[in-house]
Amino acid sequence: MSLTEKDKAAVKALWAKISKSADAIGADALSRMLLVYPQTKTYFSHWPDTKAGSEPVKKHGKKIMGGVGLAVSKIDDLAAGLLKLSELHAFKLRVDPANFKLLAHCLQVVIANMFPKDFTPEAHVACDKFLANVALALSEKYR
Amino acid sequence: MVTWTDFERATIQDIFSKIDYDIVGPDALSRCLIVYPWTQRYFGSFGNLYNAAAIASNPKVAAHGKVVLGGLEKALKNMDDIKQAYADLSVLHSEKLQVDPDNFKLLADCLTIVVASQLGKDFTPEVHAAFAKFLAVVVAALRKQYH
Repeated sequence: MSLTEKDKAAVKALWAKISKSADAIGADALSRMLLVYPQTKTYFSHWPDTKAGSEPVKKHGKKIMGGVGLAVSKIDDLAAGLLKLSELHAFKLRVDPANFKLLAHCLQVVIANMFPKDFTPEAHVACDKFLANVALALSEKYR
Repeated sequence: MVTWTDFERATIQDIFSKIDYDIVGPDALSRCLIVYPWTQRYFGSFGNLYNAAAIASNPKVAAHGKVVLGGLEKALKNMDDIKQAYADLSVLHSEKLQVDPDNFKLLADCLTIVVASQLGKDFTPEVHAAFAKFLAVVVAALRKQYH
């Protein structure tokens, strides 16, 4: 389900609207994922606190959104653009790729919550496809 | 046996009292058909589903969205035994409608996103988690009679 030119345009348009709030979106999405899907906490046992608003969650949410922003800028070749991140996730972090779907869902819940008028069904399908493709690019180096 | 905390019970009742059934049902179903187009396979008799605009304005989709939300109300009223309350619905979806049960999760995800867009600040992470648990129980109950 690769991205059409229409999808790419929709993703860039949505990103233009939401990117100023990237840090808040990242922190909110991450804290929701940790709460709604508690099995994801297993990757963060080294954090003292996984609650919403805690420092490690805010810091990491910002880092994740940096990755999303990078993906938007490399939308024409995600596999190449996210190569380093893929190596990180494959060899160091070893996050089970099933979890990418969970974070993608939480990201979209937050975007819908904060930007209800912008997250139209058309923006939603483009965003869902985009995040699925990002997940695929991140899993590229796994095996 | 599903156990609900007082917070979860109160939160789920509260969500349903706040949302507009006539908007949420139709919105969630049309989003599902738009974002996951393969789900359209179950709606061959609904007429024009050609693009997002057609789906969003299709009266049969809207009507069916309300039916779906009515089904959720049944779960709301029977929270302590959703499995039993949904036995007939599960048989219906498996034997008559022949819906791939993986689709239930897709619709649940769209419902979550629509409710998130409706409730704004009220849709805190804790409220989100309670709603997600409710939908997961509903989905499991719908899957129960698939053999």
